[in-house]
Amino acid sequence: MTFTLSALGPALPELLLAVSAIALILFGAIVGPKSTDTVNGLALAALFAALVLVILGPSQAVLFGGSFVLDDYARFLKVLALIGAGGTLVMSVDWLKIEKQSRFEFAILVLLSTLGMMMLISAGDLLALYMGLELMSLALYVIAANNRESVRSTEAGLKYFVLGALSSGMLLYGASLIYGFTGSINFGHIAEAAREPSLGLIFGIVFVFAGLCFKVSAVPFHMWTPDVYEGAPTPVTAFFAAAPKVAAMAVFVRFAVEALPHVAHQWQQIVVFVSIASMALGAFAAIGQRNIKRLMAYSSIGHMGYALVGLAAGTEQGVRGVLIYMAVYVAMTLGTFACILSMRRKEGMVENYDELAGLARTSPVKAFFLAVLMFSLAGIPPLAGFLAKYYVFLAAIEAGLYALAVIGVLSSVVGAFYYLRIVKVMYFDEPAAAFEPMSTELRAVLAVSGLFTLLLFFYPAPLLSAAGAAARALF
Amino acid sequence: MAIGLPHYLTVAAILFTLGTLGIFLNRKNVIVILMSVELILLAVNINFVAFSVFLGNITGQIFALFVLTVAAAEAAIGLAILVVFYRNRGSIAVEDINAMKG
Repeated sequence: MTFTLSALGPALPELLLAVSAIALILFGAIVGPKSTDTVNGLALAALFAALVLVILGPSQAVLFGGSFVLDDYARFLKVLALIGAGGTLVMSVDWLKIEKQSRFEFAILVLLSTLGMMMLISAGDLLALYMGLELMSLALYVIAANNRESVRSTEAGLKYFVLGALSSGMLLYGASLIYGFTGSINFGHIAEAAREPSLGLIFGIVFVFAGLCFKVSAVPFHMWTPDVYEGAPTPVTAFFAAAPKVAAMAVFVRFAVEALPHVAHQWQQIVVFVSIASMALGAFAAIGQRNIKRLMAYSSIGHMGYALVGLAAGTEQGVRGVLIYMAVYVAMTLGTFACILSMRRKEGMVENYDELAGLARTSPVKAFFLAVLMFSLAGIPPLAGFLAKYYVFLAAIEAGLYALAVIGVLSSVVGAFYYLRIVKVMYFDEPAAAFEPMSTELRAVLAVSGLFTLLLFFYPAPLLSAAGAAARALF
Repeated sequence: MAIGLPHYLTVAAILFTLGTLGIFLNRKNVIVILMSVELILLAVNINFVAFSVFLGNITGQIFALFVLTVAAAEAAIGLAILVVFYRNRGSIAVEDINAMKG
């Protein structure tokens, strides 16, 4: 068997990210702290180049003996993950500089974790899944503790590390059982061997699902989310909320659909339970929160529950619903965090949503966009969030999961309460002191995501057809 | 009595349970948690190697080597985070990890 370098072509975006991360860390180590701006710029350029390569690159390939799978599904989600990572990097550069937490390692860790996500999205066997997951998580543990002087930031890093290590341990134990009882770690071979599932295989599936639920922060493995979101520096929280969720959800869906189609019966029950629990907890637990980062943590738990409704359906329709949901979720999250990052007064950052009081009078444009995003997160038509929920619930109803769809709609009604409360605070409360003006980058991200959520309903065809093609690739 | 696959699996299951309980029941020290995590990963490695020998398939042993490597990286990062936490808080007792509720 001969090996040529051009055979690596389909993995070019990943290779680019890996090489640029290594080159940048050398550059940073040689030049020292002065290099921060250059490293940030080059890291952003690398993410953008990877995005272009993913879009223009081949749409079908299998590399490394089935470990690395490139298809429309992978491309769709890689684009999402890269947009999430690039968007947060754009927003964080200025913020970190003002807060004096700017170090060149930050951008490199974002690059490495994005590389892990892309490997994860393309994973075709359990080993690639594990390596991608660990590359992503190890970088995330470190950037959660990015603010080395703060007790809260380091505590967030420590908590995330301990629970993350436990979850990857569970995932691995499950992987070892699946390997033992099917004789292979390749998703395709597992699917063949799992036609008649043994007890050991079912145990393995449960353990792997537990590990994956942890990474998407679904109930009952959500306990790290509120603390890590609150403690980590805000741009890091934005990153956590956007990109890794996409990658983890991607591999969750791929693993369930590609490796376990014949045991769908068994895992469907787990996913239905997890989905209901996440939606309910996301709706009820967020009501008592005053810290907006903590509130967004519960909100993201709820949103993962809604996305899992699509997986519970287990059909092509359902997967398409998940993909649309994740795309809309990333857009809404980036916009909301652009607003949270701009909650700065002369004294420093504020994090309670009461501080948004009267924002409609002090900065009407920002208040309008934030209100649009809140309505969209609540799922009110005709915004993007409604469209996303519509497609997952539609898939659930077509698959006969009526109870799941009804509970989903009910919990989104409960959840609307705390989103609308923020709108009420902005529009009807006595104005608090005005915030410092937003930086250009934050304005740009907020405007793009606000317009996306506002206008998607009128021209949804490109997103729907891309998600449809991506979902078809799995079936 | 010959030692077969079930024996290896039992040992691995016991180690895995000990590791998990060590994380949840431990009320003293974060270092013990790191040790428990290592225990879990070793249980996984026993499983992989045992299955690999039993199935006559090399994949499990390759997987075990990858797990060992990642475990080393994970321990390094965990200890690094623990050190910065200790500098700020002056303690690594589990009950002192309480700056945020939950």
